[in-house]
Amino acid sequence: MSLSRRDFLKTTAAASAAAAVGIAVPQEAKAAAAQAESGWRWDKAACRFCGTGCGIMLATKGGKIVAVKGDPAAPVNRGLNCIKGYFNAKIMYGADRLKQPLLRVGADGKFDKNGKFQPVSWKRAFDEMEVNIKKALKASGPEGVGVFASGQYTVMEGYAAQKMMKGGFRSNAIDPNARHCMASAVVGFYQTFGIDEPSGCYDDIELTDTIVTWGANMAEMHPILWSRVSDRKLSNPDKVKVINISTYRHRCSDLADMEIIFSPNTDLALWNYIAREIVYNYPESIDWDFVKEHIVFAASPVNMGYGMRRSNEKSIKDGKYTDLEMETISKEMVKIVSEKEAPALAPYGYKAGDKMVNKPAGLKHWEISFEEYKKFLAPYTLDYVAKISKGNSEESIESFKKKLKALAALYVEKNRKIVSFWTMGMNQHTRGTWVNTLAYNVHFLLGKQAKPGSGAFSLTGQPSACGTAREVGTFCHRLPADMMVKSGKHRKIVEKSWKIPEGTLNPVGNQHIMKIHRDIEDGVVKFAWVNVCNPYQDSASANHWIKAARTMDNFIVCSDGYPGISAKVADLILPSAMIYEKWGAYGNAERRTQHWRQQVLPVGDAMSDTWQWIELSKRFTVKDVWGEQPLRGNKKLPDVIGKAKAMGYSEDTTMFEILFANERAKSYKKDMNDPINAGYDDTDSNGDSRGVIGSDGKEWKGYGFHIHKYLFEEYANFGRGHAHDLADFDTYHRVRGLKWPVVDGKETQWRFNTKYDPYAKKANPNSDFAFYGPLAKALSQGDLTGIKDKTKKGLKNKAKIFARPYMDPPEMPDSKFDTWMCTGRVLEHWHSGTMTMRVPELYRAVPEALCYMNPGDAKAKNFKQGELIWVESRRGKVRARVETRGRNRVPKGLIFVPWFDEKVFINKVCLDATCPMSKQTDYKKCAVKLYKA
Amino acid sequence: MITNIFKKYRFLLLRRVSQLGILALYFSANAYGFKVLTGTLSSSLLFSTVPLSDPFAVMQMFAAGAVLGADALIGALIVFIFYATVGGRAFCSWVCPINMVTDLANWLRRVLLLDKVERKVWLGRSVRYKVLILSLILSAITGVAAFEIVSPISMLHRGIVFGMGMGGAAVLSIFLFDLFAVKNGWCGHICPLGAFYSLSSKVSILRVKHNQPNCTLCMKCKDVCPEKQILSLIGKESGDVSSGECTNCGRCIEVCDDDALSFGIRNYINKNG
Amino acid sequence: MSNLNSKKPVITKRRKFLSTMAQSVGLSVLGGMVWTGYIEEAKSAPLILRPPGAKSEPDFLRMCIKCGQCAEACPYDTLRMAKPGDNKPMGTPFFIPRDVPCYMCTDIPCVPVCPTGALDEDSVSVVTEGEKVLDINRSKMGIAVVDEESCIAFWGIQCDACHRACPLMDEAIVLEFKRNERTGKHAFLIPKVMGDVCTGCGLCERACVTEKAAIFVLPHEVAQGKVGDRYIKGWDANDEKRLNDVSTDVTTQTKRSELAPQDYLNSEEVLFDN
Repeated sequence: MSLSRRDFLKTTAAASAAAAVGIAVPQEAKAAAAQAESGWRWDKAACRFCGTGCGIMLATKGGKIVAVKGDPAAPVNRGLNCIKGYFNAKIMYGADRLKQPLLRVGADGKFDKNGKFQPVSWKRAFDEMEVNIKKALKASGPEGVGVFASGQYTVMEGYAAQKMMKGGFRSNAIDPNARHCMASAVVGFYQTFGIDEPSGCYDDIELTDTIVTWGANMAEMHPILWSRVSDRKLSNPDKVKVINISTYRHRCSDLADMEIIFSPNTDLALWNYIAREIVYNYPESIDWDFVKEHIVFAASPVNMGYGMRRSNEKSIKDGKYTDLEMETISKEMVKIVSEKEAPALAPYGYKAGDKMVNKPAGLKHWEISFEEYKKFLAPYTLDYVAKISKGNSEESIESFKKKLKALAALYVEKNRKIVSFWTMGMNQHTRGTWVNTLAYNVHFLLGKQAKPGSGAFSLTGQPSACGTAREVGTFCHRLPADMMVKSGKHRKIVEKSWKIPEGTLNPVGNQHIMKIHRDIEDGVVKFAWVNVCNPYQDSASANHWIKAARTMDNFIVCSDGYPGISAKVADLILPSAMIYEKWGAYGNAERRTQHWRQQVLPVGDAMSDTWQWIELSKRFTVKDVWGEQPLRGNKKLPDVIGKAKAMGYSEDTTMFEILFANERAKSYKKDMNDPINAGYDDTDSNGDSRGVIGSDGKEWKGYGFHIHKYLFEEYANFGRGHAHDLADFDTYHRVRGLKWPVVDGKETQWRFNTKYDPYAKKANPNSDFAFYGPLAKALSQGDLTGIKDKTKKGLKNKAKIFARPYMDPPEMPDSKFDTWMCTGRVLEHWHSGTMTMRVPELYRAVPEALCYMNPGDAKAKNFKQGELIWVESRRGKVRARVETRGRNRVPKGLIFVPWFDEKVFINKVCLDATCPMSKQTDYKKCAVKLYKA
Repeated sequence: MITNIFKKYRFLLLRRVSQLGILALYFSANAYGFKVLTGTLSSSLLFSTVPLSDPFAVMQMFAAGAVLGADALIGALIVFIFYATVGGRAFCSWVCPINMVTDLANWLRRVLLLDKVERKVWLGRSVRYKVLILSLILSAITGVAAFEIVSPISMLHRGIVFGMGMGGAAVLSIFLFDLFAVKNGWCGHICPLGAFYSLSSKVSILRVKHNQPNCTLCMKCKDVCPEKQILSLIGKESGDVSSGECTNCGRCIEVCDDDALSFGIRNYINKNG
Repeated sequence: MSNLNSKKPVITKRRKFLSTMAQSVGLSVLGGMVWTGYIEEAKSAPLILRPPGAKSEPDFLRMCIKCGQCAEACPYDTLRMAKPGDNKPMGTPFFIPRDVPCYMCTDIPCVPVCPTGALDEDSVSVVTEGEKVLDINRSKMGIAVVDEESCIAFWGIQCDACHRACPLMDEAIVLEFKRNERTGKHAFLIPKVMGDVCTGCGLCERACVTEKAAIFVLPHEVAQGKVGDRYIKGWDANDEKRLNDVSTDVTTQTKRSELAPQDYLNSEEVLFDN
């Protein structure tokens, strides 16, 4: 057999092809890769989006971020991302980035509230701010100057804003959007543990046997954590159980072994049902050693209202609220006890039909006996709880009861480790603080808290709700490291550190974010500044706040990267440097602090929010802000100018010199040979090659010292030695984040557990646990109905189990507004969509917000799939398309409308009722009617 | 004066109103949801109830082996009966949008005196019948309505209703062909749809009538007629223009200054009349 | 000139008739061939997605009268009518899911308006309680296919945008959970298309966040193979139904069986070298 010519040709061709493949391709690929990477600089950073806190690596070339990858060394995500994280490289480069300050001006070139936006210089922008802040201070005192702050601030921005507001303007009217997101969790932590933030960490996921999601759509909101939950389930499918508890079916149910759909607000009853099962039916499961040593039982008033406006407030008296709105708001003053809640309120002496007169109760609570707690639990029988909680009318009561029993059995099961995760479902709740504390109750009773693999764990929504809003304390009532403005001791500590006169800080901190909106509507707040948030899109009852901002005598400033609703509402818009255009640090939900360096120069003339705050401080002197200042209710802040002079300041010393460019600050030299700084821009410290004309009309050259290191180190000092220990600035630039408290260079996984937490060991060396948090650690004695013995008993190292009943929310479906409405997020979009709606791929994936509806309801109302309908509440209405399929499957009588889409402005519909303790808005429930558009 | 001009162009104006009006109805149904006439000339729905279909398209689809829905069949029958008994080949001059294109080409030919230039391309008027037969044969062979897939009429009409794309090129080709190559090249020589209506309307009622005694043999009618072979009776005898190829456009009537031409009912009794 | 004329051969009437006939036939055949070529070319555009309820492509091309009533009825402007330049059979309705997918209206407005039955109402209806009800979930416009190389879910990215966009989520696209050994603590959530449920609406293709969609809809004929007629799944009682109309012509032929037995047997090929 000879090789034919044809065969020969074929063979040689194949051989040469193979040779070509074998040799050329890798070389080509290598060359291409080398070329692609030439001129790239990789550096670590944190993802811009949620509270999970994934680590990423950014590639910079030609002054632009050109690529992103998950950081393989990051412990949270190990190189993975969700699709928002996947697009981190694109979020800063939308075609409509704001590049210049914009001011509303009239034909004469002067500021005109009804004028059109025109570009102005930074100098003009600060001139206008200075004039208007002085006007506001004159009209209303420090309470007239407000700031809508953020859980997306970098640590340094939040600290700078807080320092100027509270130390400079002496105003506590700075409150973050984290109020809408985490406040109930915070008050829950305070009341239960005496200190903020979770005891456990994400490692619990790999260690637990049971994951229960309570009002947490982790599959969409914390996708990387959900993939860890999924992996844990796969690792031992028979043993590991996943339970999804929600008011509607969402994507977590894909993985779940069991899904419990409950009626809105009855999560309170579900938790108490589990506690009752434990106490009444499985008393042997109670970890009495733990409970006796570490727990006290407590109660608080039930008639505390719903955090809505009260009848004596100005805008209510002025008739700015319609009769329809007042139907709901009236319940803030008086409500009638319903049949549904009556059994739960019976131990408090209420019966159905009784008038409940609501009074602001603050955070008051007192100790009760275990017997009293047991009495409180008595009503939560399976029959009662199943009856009020079953959320899907198409499910049989027997099936629902079976599920409740199974749920309780999982919690109770000896040696079964269990983690309860929750997010907005339990936090955005008119009884948010209550339901948070109820979660700890169950874990405490069973001794399943603060242990590896067991614990109730509050997941965070925003990337730095923990790191900035909570730890730095950019809330109206807080100071850094869990200190409070109302505590004279805490104020003194801060005043001393800040080198400002004693008595400067304002002790009244009540202007939470909804209160700032309401104070604008009441004409008290005359100047408001929006930082890293979108309060005019993200606040419920939005029509009121937009109208107040646009039509009343006030001046609204919005710092943002992109034009959104808040910028549209504002009078002055400042172009802000976005996330990787500045040095920064975020703190995630598991107490992990992560830093990054400025990767690129900001676009246009944009400057960081830190810079904006510090430049503003140059405009105010001691005599402008530290004289006697009026507060509401005939209160006053004392004149501290004399004390300031004694400290060596003059009347004309600027806040800049005192708060930011002081001796300590200048000691943080910007050493460009330091490997942390070498080769990286620092626009704020050094200026940059853009040569932006700054607030004084001259080219910006930088502060001349390491402003970010200074701000971080000064802030971190507040927590060091107080169980809030952060590592030093330089360390964070070398590691992939650390979970505080960082003691002797080591992070802490489980707090309050003496095996893992050095602070617990120190507080209670001979025990297994120490709940050492210092807040509310002495209680009067009483029963469910009130205090009986005012003498306060200390409860060192103890945590609390609270008696807190099921109650109805203030607005429920009725004959006029017959459907529950719940809002929330979708995986593809972040919050109000200002960034993600500008990423073409994400925009295309989900271009508009849909109204998720039960197909049965759609049929009954004669709506077609995809049809535009009106969703109308007592407060406003929006048009949205009906979606009866897809990711969220709601039961009959409930709709879900996400809020990312400003064209489906669902916060015009939502109710601004809040948890009266935490002041966090309940976005998850109000009553609406639906009709064809 | 104005009434005189109107008289001279009355049918032309009415035809344009008819052609554009029909197009406007189709267009607005799609664009604005104004549902008087939905669909296209291939098949449509009048007042959301009466189906109308192109009978020639339906014939091709039959040839292609399609089993068609009742709406299409009824619609085709309605249209067929209308033209066969009443309108004659009026589709071509009163409905078809290509007519405006070829009329424009024709008018330019007259203005530019291209008619006087000896033409080199020869094309018989019977070619269209061959194209008609070929359409049906090819439909059977390919399993697709063969003319419909290339029809410039549908291209133009659909183009106006749904968007033109490259369809403008086909329409432009026809325009250039009619302008430079063959007078009335498309409508009078090639179009199988016109051929179909020519054949099907042999007995329709509406006819052009000639009153020979009034005729002054000015031949203006023949100048404007797109199918001038049908006017063989001019100046010779009175009677109906009986050929199915007449499109009932009425141009001959309006250009006649001698009242020798008019529309009327076909005289079925006298074969010549 | 007159010389030339005189040399011209005499053409008889009969001969003239015959040559004219021949010329006509020749030209018709020529034209017909060109025309057919164009039609076959146009028909062969295989990557075309038809409206819901469309008959099989050959039948659809036979029956579609190209009136555009389906496109007019579509509330999302999903359906387009093929124009010259689209490289699709002219005038027929189609959609490009990456631009505008089919939103799967439950009342399927595009189908009942079809005058010819090219869009078949029965194929997208179910009979419940003796009444015919439209059911868009029965439509078979195409089938979604995932390119596992470019689908970022296969990298471990938590995406699943297609799964969430799917109107038949968890039926047409299901998530497969798999452990990610590389990270040791995360799971892959991988989209899998269920071919028998997928309607080919293309909402997944539209939602896909990769630059060119990693999940895309193909017509069934393009995307799917077909198993042979002579094997039935022993583990699936319903599989027998697949072969209800099976042919009884069971003869097989290969190169090996080309020769009749005697021809083969009588040839001495292969037996002896040379």
